[in-house]
Amino acid sequence: MRASLLPYWRLLVAGIRQQSTYRLAALGGLVANATFGFLKVAVLFATVEAAGGELGGYDVGTMSAYIWLSQGMLGSVNLFGRSDIADRIKDGSVTTDFLRPLDVQAAAIVQEVGKSLWALVPRGIPSVLIGAVVVGMSMPSSPWPYLLGLISLVLGITLGAAVVYLVATTGFWMVETRGVQVLYMVISGFLAGLFVPISLFPQWLHALATATPFPSMMMYPIDVLSGRVDGLASLGLVAAQVGWLGAVALIGQIVTRRGRHKLEVQGG
Amino acid sequence: MADLAAYRAVLASRVRAQRSYKANFRIDLLSSLLIGIIELAEVWVLFHNVHSLGGFTFSQILLVFGLADVAFSFTDLAFGHCDNLPTYIRAGTLDVFYLRPQPLLLQLITSDISLRRLTRAMVGIACVVTALVVNDIAWSPSVVALLALSMVSGFAVFSALFVWAAGAQFFLINGAEMTNAFVYGGRYAATQPGAVWNRPLKVLFGFFFPMAFTGYLPALEILGLPGPEWLPSWLAWCTPLAAIWAWAMALLFWRIGVRHYQGGGG
Repeated sequence: MRASLLPYWRLLVAGIRQQSTYRLAALGGLVANATFGFLKVAVLFATVEAAGGELGGYDVGTMSAYIWLSQGMLGSVNLFGRSDIADRIKDGSVTTDFLRPLDVQAAAIVQEVGKSLWALVPRGIPSVLIGAVVVGMSMPSSPWPYLLGLISLVLGITLGAAVVYLVATTGFWMVETRGVQVLYMVISGFLAGLFVPISLFPQWLHALATATPFPSMMMYPIDVLSGRVDGLASLGLVAAQVGWLGAVALIGQIVTRRGRHKLEVQGG
Repeated sequence: MADLAAYRAVLASRVRAQRSYKANFRIDLLSSLLIGIIELAEVWVLFHNVHSLGGFTFSQILLVFGLADVAFSFTDLAFGHCDNLPTYIRAGTLDVFYLRPQPLLLQLITSDISLRRLTRAMVGIACVVTALVVNDIAWSPSVVALLALSMVSGFAVFSALFVWAAGAQFFLINGAEMTNAFVYGGRYAATQPGAVWNRPLKVLFGFFFPMAFTGYLPALEILGLPGPEWLPSWLAWCTPLAAIWAWAMALLFWRIGVRHYQGGGG
């Protein structure tokens, strides 16, 4: 069992290492995170103040925590829909992946997760620090939310990679998948709570969002990390994440198998 | 004249090329429409919670959003392709452009025109029309003139931003997100009521990247609202100056970038 997991561990490390070479890109990402962060502070703080200091369970401090945690996760949670495996399916080099004694889906996801985990170092943590120092935010004082939050964060990142893998697999059937990728980008960010916390949505839209895996990618980890949801309820959010991850992974397995046959028909 | 015919032929071929993958093109049109709708929804969700924000009601902010979004959508249609410059630089494709007897920037702009973005402009246009109908506007020739002026200037400001970003790419290999912060952050800023900004943001997106001139300031003047500190509504009439400033900066960056470029080594 250990020996069979070793290649995946190596892929994870390779993903981390690959990403760590793009230093300027990471700095660019941080500038983008901070700029959007300050713009969100302006408009969301104004909204909280216009509502009389409290809005949907958020005050200025918790709203700040939401803004900077979401900006920090932006580089790690794949809400853009692009992935290396999509390019490999498009140019046909995925055939080589099928020849390796590894599960194509697991290998692709693990590598993306590696890249995402690295992004927390130059982009994620500094974004949150900028927010904490320049704007200030309220965070929980007990260790429990951080511990569970970390698990929730990794689950969110993995779920994002797993759903983007599904986006990539549409390439087995379509010649050009950019359209699907853009569609994913548009919907995922909004429903994951990237621009506005989903608890500010009107009820019907909130129900719609929670019926998708997207809040599990970003909103739930933020809720757990910031302590906005705690106790048994926070465990419930993590359970929802695990459920979605299992479902998406299963669909990925089926699609990969079907897609492989489709690819063979085309001749590769 | 012969030159123009060449451009027309090139553009027509781009249009045909995009329509050849039919299913993908349809998804493209739909996604583009959805982008517009969801960007509007982001604004709407906030106003769903509070009555007014930064001195604007929802029907009033529709004018800010609409003006800025129409300008950005048409810019994106014509200039959005500049975003691909880093790919061209890395792949060495840009060197081919240097060989042709046409201005580099013009070639870059016409190398693609993204029809899919047309549907997105429809959302902005619908917002402007709705805002002009539902709001109480003291119609006069000057209001009409200001509307036209802000549309044209808004297009100029956003397109300058794309050219500025492209110029900076010659230095920022792999660092495109740095300029995205200001191009796409600028679009986001342009749809906000500028009154909510603190001073650094007013300097950055009010004047340095003159985003407030694309939607917020014209909307203040058209709706007859007073502006906040640093952004009085009469500034709306200075949108052409903002456009000239933006283009001066853009061409400067582009020129420095092109001079700096050493070739892709391909």
